[in-house]
Amino acid sequence: MSTIYDIDSGGQLPALETTDLSVFYGDTHAVKNVSFSIPARQVVALIGPSGCGKSSLLRCFNRMNDLVSTARISGDVTFRGESLYAPEVDPVEVRRRIGMVFQKPNPFPKSIYDNVAFGPRINGFEGELDTLVEESLRQSALWDEVNDRLGDSAYALSGGQQQRLCIARTLAVKPQIVLMDEPASALDPIATQRIEELIYELKKEYTIVIVTHNMQQAARVSDYTAFLYMGDLIEYGPTEAIFTNPREDQTEAYITGRFG
Amino acid sequence: MTSPSRLSGDAAGARGVRRRRTGVLFKWLCGSATMVGVVALAVLLVDVAVDGLPRIEPGFFTAFASRLPEQAGIKAALAGSLWILALTALISFPVSVAAAIYLEEYAARNWVTRIIQTNIANLAGIPSIVYGILGLALFVRALGLDRSVISGALTLSLLVMPVIIIAAQEAIRAVPSTLREAAYGLGATRWQVVSTQVLPMAMPGILTGTILALSRAVGETAPLIMVGAVGFIAFTPSGPTDRFTVLPLQIYSWISRPQVEFHALAAAGIVVLLGVLLTLNAVAIVLRNRYQTRI
Repeated sequence: MSTIYDIDSGGQLPALETTDLSVFYGDTHAVKNVSFSIPARQVVALIGPSGCGKSSLLRCFNRMNDLVSTARISGDVTFRGESLYAPEVDPVEVRRRIGMVFQKPNPFPKSIYDNVAFGPRINGFEGELDTLVEESLRQSALWDEVNDRLGDSAYALSGGQQQRLCIARTLAVKPQIVLMDEPASALDPIATQRIEELIYELKKEYTIVIVTHNMQQAARVSDYTAFLYMGDLIEYGPTEAIFTNPREDQTEAYITGRFG
Repeated sequence: MTSPSRLSGDAAGARGVRRRRTGVLFKWLCGSATMVGVVALAVLLVDVAVDGLPRIEPGFFTAFASRLPEQAGIKAALAGSLWILALTALISFPVSVAAAIYLEEYAARNWVTRIIQTNIANLAGIPSIVYGILGLALFVRALGLDRSVISGALTLSLLVMPVIIIAAQEAIRAVPSTLREAAYGLGATRWQVVSTQVLPMAMPGILTGTILALSRAVGETAPLIMVGAVGFIAFTPSGPTDRFTVLPLQIYSWISRPQVEFHALAAAGIVVLLGVLLTLNAVAIVLRNRYQTRI
């Protein structure tokens, strides 16, 4: 049983759309025939208990699952109507358009500046790198804290600052979609709040898909919420509707804290 | 005297005493086992130093081997060893690192890879004389390289490559996968991930493994005898195709002479060889420490 709301994307193509998407790891069926669409410039939260397939689903959106040798995918994902899994598609190009922020802050063992400049450099950016670095750090609300020490090691930053640096690093490549895999789970409440404020700012320009196991966070930051359970998409719709009036029993049980 | 408490062990009586004695005995047993190696090394070093140090003077490094012990020196052997060392490093390092990168970053995890992996581990355990026979058949005879420095270096490269590959694989595996993911997530190609993240991070570990493997090669004698290094030579190699000798071989040649004066020369040669080995190990330690403080 599942409930998928019709999403009004205002006549535009959805940013992402999955059709019958399944992910297998060896014999494990981690994501089961998921079909839904993600509207542009909105924040979509993927929630569900541990092992429900939300991270696996997220990693289909920028073909990170390609790096797992046992992973196999069936069905399709389209990015503005264009298939991400067509044979002629280069996964490297996909990851340039669809950026990702990981669960634990993972800055490179380089300076703050070089962390942000890494993406543009490997992608052959021709332009004013200093400006791009500053712009990206401003977008991730980190500029004021680090502008006088861009040459310092990224490891000298606090966990929350490191995560905002990772967001700046992702933005520097100018993606259209930003995927976030539990971006605040390793952070304290104040750092978490800053990340959430940042997500609110970023959705003016970017489509954001965020995996979280913190339901309050999903309720606070997202416009749409998808609830997954054991690989199935149980319910997907406007966040307010999911949280105030869930139509599926499992969704209600999960958001009221009866399991998970 | 207070009344015996339970913790005093009186309750257990003689059995407790015996048990404690066994513990102390075991500690001393293990301790002396540790000392066997240390004492043996110390005795060897002192013995060699007493015999050899008086012969370590500038003339020893500038003279060639001679049938007159007072005129004999180590120049040819030291030059030969350094030639072999440099060429072996130049050949084995790039090949081994490339192989390790392939196995860790590119190869599919299937049975072919597993067979290759097992074989590399086995190759690391093959006696060095076998490599000598291979070098003789392949480099000296089949490729016609003759008994030259390059034949020796190629043979020793075969010998050390499995060791370097395994060390490099371990260093590459130790690079956190979160860094690889971060780079892939920014649209890096596999080559960019390897060249900008994996290799710089793994390099100190790879270099340490390489140097330790090379220090093993410097002490090798058997495979070089097979490919035609000789004990008596009166010139230094001027190129990779020249004939050569190496330190361990020179030491052996001196030690097998009946005259006592040559034994002192051999001791001096051992001091020089140990100097080369300790220098290599020191470089490895410095590299490792620099790596640890940087993180």
